Amino acid sequence: MPVQIRGEVLSLRRAGSYHVLTLTAPGLPELTRPGHFVALSVGGEHTGMMLRRAFSIHRVQSRGVYGGTLDVVFAVHGKGTAWLAERHRHDVIDIVGPLGRPFALPREPVSCVLVAGGYGSAPMFMLADALRERGCRVDVVLGASTEDKLFGVLDAKRMAATLTIATEDGSVGKRGRVTDILPGVMESVDADVIYACGPMGMLAAVAQLAEERGVHSQCAVEEAMACGIGVCMTCVLPVVDERGTTRMVRSCVEGPVFRGDRVRWADVGTIPADCLGAPVGGHR
Amino acid sequence: MTRAVIGHGPLPSEIRDLPDVDMSTSLASFALPNPVLTASGCAASGRELDQFFDITALGAIVTKSIMINPRSGRATPRMAETPSGMLNSIGLQGPGIDAFLERDLAWLRDRGARTVISIAGGSVDEYTRLAQRLRHVPDLSAIEVNISCPNVEDRGQVFACDPYSAAAVVAAVARNSAPGVAVLAKLSPDVTDIVAIAKACIDAGADGLSMINTLLGMVIDPETMRPALAGVTGGLSGPAIRPVAVRAVYQVHAAYPDVPILGMGGIRTGMDALEFVLAGASAVSIGTAIFNDPSTPVRVLAELRDALAERGFERYADAVGYAHREPEPMSTSGGVVSVPRYGADGSWDTVADADIELEAGVEG
Repeated sequence: MPVQIRGEVLSLRRAGSYHVLTLTAPGLPELTRPGHFVALSVGGEHTGMMLRRAFSIHRVQSRGVYGGTLDVVFAVHGKGTAWLAERHRHDVIDIVGPLGRPFALPREPVSCVLVAGGYGSAPMFMLADALRERGCRVDVVLGASTEDKLFGVLDAKRMAATLTIATEDGSVGKRGRVTDILPGVMESVDADVIYACGPMGMLAAVAQLAEERGVHSQCAVEEAMACGIGVCMTCVLPVVDERGTTRMVRSCVEGPVFRGDRVRWADVGTIPADCLGAPVGGHR
Repeated sequence: MTRAVIGHGPLPSEIRDLPDVDMSTSLASFALPNPVLTASGCAASGRELDQFFDITALGAIVTKSIMINPRSGRATPRMAETPSGMLNSIGLQGPGIDAFLERDLAWLRDRGARTVISIAGGSVDEYTRLAQRLRHVPDLSAIEVNISCPNVEDRGQVFACDPYSAAAVVAAVARNSAPGVAVLAKLSPDVTDIVAIAKACIDAGADGLSMINTLLGMVIDPETMRPALAGVTGGLSGPAIRPVAVRAVYQVHAAYPDVPILGMGGIRTGMDALEFVLAGASAVSIGTAIFNDPSTPVRVLAELRDALAERGFERYADAVGYAHREPEPMSTSGGVVSVPRYGADGSWDTVADADIELEAGVEG
């Protein structure tokens, strides 16, 4: 169950191309699981920006001087994130969270590969902690277009059994994409589960690699959301349920984490003709 | 259940000592303890918002428009942010009437929330079947007939853009609804003369009017140089459309002062809601502002109560349509302005104890 709180900015720092924002968030850390997200209001009290911005939760801390705190990672994409990047200490930001369905964790101590593109790695560190507490082996694969668009390389190095990096310009690690290096890592560590977070194209490719090898995958999607709490119906994507029926489901409440084999990746952005309630003769 | 709103502090009326206001109102036969409702499509069926505040504290929940059959809605992207608003192109995604009654309405009933069921159809026959299905719903108080969703393939399907089509749908629902159920017709602002559409609906048996639905709009993405929405066009909502909505409510109330209006369009604060009340709304709905702040409905209710108290209103009902009163006679008494009030019979009188002394008058 989410809370709505007025968080105070404790710090805002740069990390490569990204910003890391730390907010006070009393009551939120205790409810947070890896993969949850928050929806932040932007623009201040009299803003014309009516929609919240959703960010996966990077870290939470329940104890300490400030009570509970929350870290999110963001890139400046538009007016809302530009406003966030201009915040100062003590500024107030309205927070709703934790939201969504978190990553499912294995009951057994299995071998897990965590794959992230860009700042998709933000939720992976809490996830790695939770997996290691269960005795799981954790290997990490990070990718980005270029070195400054990688996030959390040092943390990943510290906690992962192995860290493998791919950049499209070859500025660090192997030249290429995460999906070029993932099969080798999966094989060498005999992966049982893949956890992924990043752009849709990357998730689609990761889910396919996992499925081809009979490996379970958990993918955290990025969909444009207006409310984040399940009332607006803007963030839908086609997902197959247990009975094989495709439905347009809300990524904010039924996701953002989905089983990779349940999402119809190639049909994201469309209404598949065999989807429940699809209009006869297709729909645009 | 613990309500999870932390850090908002006491509500305004708890800090300031304001007199009580009787907030009760009604939409035709549907009596409400207070005039703040949710807007259809902005609160799903109430369950999500109940995490943030007690939804039974609202006048009622207006559910997302339901159709006969399950419907997938339109492709994504379905929304675009616009100045003080947004475009949406959901396309009436929903589970169909059977699943809605079984799951959503059952939950609302168990929760004890007053409910207005919004229905949508592609033909008069579909509306008829929906009304017939709802005849068997016990304790049903009100139906909102959504004849104005802009997110349909064929603009000809927007019944509310044509008086004859609007009347045909409303008549079918009114004829097939149980007696005592208030039938509200939801109107579109995308018409030349909204009063003419209102008249058609009233003559066809509507007990009240909901206004306004979204305005048809469009955004083109300068990066892709294509429409931002997969559905090309979408419905514009949010504070950007508030003046259009207030105008529509004012015009229709002026023409039909006895027909209750559920007013909506960009309400974000109690003061926004007050505009609709003064224009003639018997109740108001909160829509897009919920996406910005899920607690908006309860905050607006508290703010509206205070705004009415500050203006000397003892009853919400006295403020409905107050902007339509005759101009006050020019004051010649040197700075003392009396606040005129509607009498019980709708006539004018002057309430002495509500007199406000202007500072300039006192000093001078």
